[in-house]
Amino acid sequence: MSMPEDYLKYPERHYGMDHDRYDWSDLFQRAPIVWPNGARIALSIVTHVQHFPLDMPSKPFKAPGALSMPYPDFRYYTNRDYGNRVGIFRILKLFGEKGLKASFAINGIIASRYPALLEAVVQGGHEVVAHGLDMGKVHHSGLSEDDENAIIAEALSLLREASGQQVEGWLSPGRAQGFNTPDLLAKNRVTFGLDWANDDLPYEMRTKNGPLIAVPMAYETDDRVVADEYFQSEADWVQQVKDRFDVLYRESEHYGGRVMSLPIHSWVSGMPYRIEYLREVLDYILSREGVWNASAGEISAAFREIGQTA
Amino acid sequence: MSAEPMKSDLGLYDYLPWPNRPKIVWPGNKKIAVWIAPNIEFYEYNPPNNPTRTPWARPNPDVLQYSHRDYGNRAGWQRMMAAMDRAGFRGSVSLNVALCDHHPEIIKACADRGWEFFSHGIYNTRYVYNLDIEQEREIIRDAFDTVRKHTGQELAGWLSPALSNNFWTMDILSEAGIQYTCDMFHDDQPMPVKVKSGKLISMPYSLEMNDVIVYNTQKVTPRHYGEIIKRQFDQLYKEGDESSTVMCIPLHPYLVGQPHRIDAFAEAIEYIAGHEGVWQTTGREIAAAYHSTGAYDAMSAAIAAHNAGPHDVGKETR
Repeated sequence: MSMPEDYLKYPERHYGMDHDRYDWSDLFQRAPIVWPNGARIALSIVTHVQHFPLDMPSKPFKAPGALSMPYPDFRYYTNRDYGNRVGIFRILKLFGEKGLKASFAINGIIASRYPALLEAVVQGGHEVVAHGLDMGKVHHSGLSEDDENAIIAEALSLLREASGQQVEGWLSPGRAQGFNTPDLLAKNRVTFGLDWANDDLPYEMRTKNGPLIAVPMAYETDDRVVADEYFQSEADWVQQVKDRFDVLYRESEHYGGRVMSLPIHSWVSGMPYRIEYLREVLDYILSREGVWNASAGEISAAFREIGQTA
Repeated sequence: MSAEPMKSDLGLYDYLPWPNRPKIVWPGNKKIAVWIAPNIEFYEYNPPNNPTRTPWARPNPDVLQYSHRDYGNRAGWQRMMAAMDRAGFRGSVSLNVALCDHHPEIIKACADRGWEFFSHGIYNTRYVYNLDIEQEREIIRDAFDTVRKHTGQELAGWLSPALSNNFWTMDILSEAGIQYTCDMFHDDQPMPVKVKSGKLISMPYSLEMNDVIVYNTQKVTPRHYGEIIKRQFDQLYKEGDESSTVMCIPLHPYLVGQPHRIDAFAEAIEYIAGHEGVWQTTGREIAAAYHSTGAYDAMSAAIAAHNAGPHDVGKETR
């Protein structure tokens, strides 16, 4: 047995990345960033708001959190929907008490299913980020450009109309993309994305339709990942988020500003037994000097502005 | 896979129970050799498929997993390196050698510190499954040439890409001049490997101390990782009075170099470095000492004697 000759050929083996989306860059060698008002840390809270269709397909893959019991899966369909009915309001209340501004990454279909939810997010002064159409519509390279564009356009149009916001941010279901996704996002007037997990600062991605800013969103301290993939306790989640913040905060003294992202889910952190852990994390971060709480869009805009004047 | 029937045994080493082995004493009477092996890797955006293993769980491009790994080369490696510098550890880099082409800046930072490079294949998304022996030799040649060209070092060690192996792999590694393999986890001391030519040894690497196993498979917390590193060290350090041991900490900068993980790791290796009688070393140096102290020959003789039997200890029961 042997493999075809091509298996030992490496056409992209050259300096830098093996694709054209962005250049390699060392976080610790970049010109230091100072956030607005001299802040050291930009705190980006991103709440996932999701709809898992009862008939969601399992091919080519399911987004994390997908229904997993035999059809009809009453169990997880309703558990996820709890976040939209109850959990998110618990989270909104907490943000309101603390005067925080957050991004809410919302499946487009939520705008037509639950307009009251959209209204509450907008009235709370928060930013709406498009989170694809629904959790069954994952983006992947098997989709035609037209089909993928239609999903993106529909999600954005639903959310733009319902929120009255420009909705320039994007988070794919399951953070999954195809080869064309960044090009299509830029074509649909998306200016920043949260899918790529390779940095602690924003950076610019190239697309066929102009630049797209990649805004950092942590992967391994996401509340769902810690709870449902690592099966770790709430206290363990709190500890890791605090530890993450401490290191980024320490680095910001010598290396310039950092982004501390806090990805949470309405059906995870919005649970009664979890909400006070979220409060603990927020209290900890906000007790430090030099923390700028902003939406992901404001962080992206600030980054672009700094980039232009640097 | 091939039409050959599967074997029930690797056939690469003989049984040698722990009690009554020849005593190993590391240079300078050190009780324990501790080496750290950062896997500095490049995972491809759009790799070809291998019938035995698909590189990514999702169709290419799997941007979440790809970007997660890329974090190591943009951010994580610097935190890991700084922690190792502070504790006085050089790295033995388990290198996807294509990284020399992609990110020479990282290679230079390692080389400037006197770190060793050993080979972890070309890319972590290319496996040796289904290759024929000549194709696998080509990968070994590529690795030797690339590391020599970029660092001036001759490869001494090997960890197969993503731990993919064929039955002939150890023979052709040894034939090419590789001195130690990290692919076997059967001992706390280096051991001779049964190969057709040369004196290849298995170097204690570790699954259990490996951050990728700890974080991605066992899913432990960062602080618990710090704890298990310290406990593993305490025990091997104590046992080193009897006969010197090896402890390896294999790392992945995209995991250990995350902000929420680095401090627990840094504290654990500073704890290790704070003990007397610890040899903070590299894979290449341990392999050399294994030969120069006579351990290779003594272990080979002990294995031969054990094979000849009868044995009082470790008698096989099956």
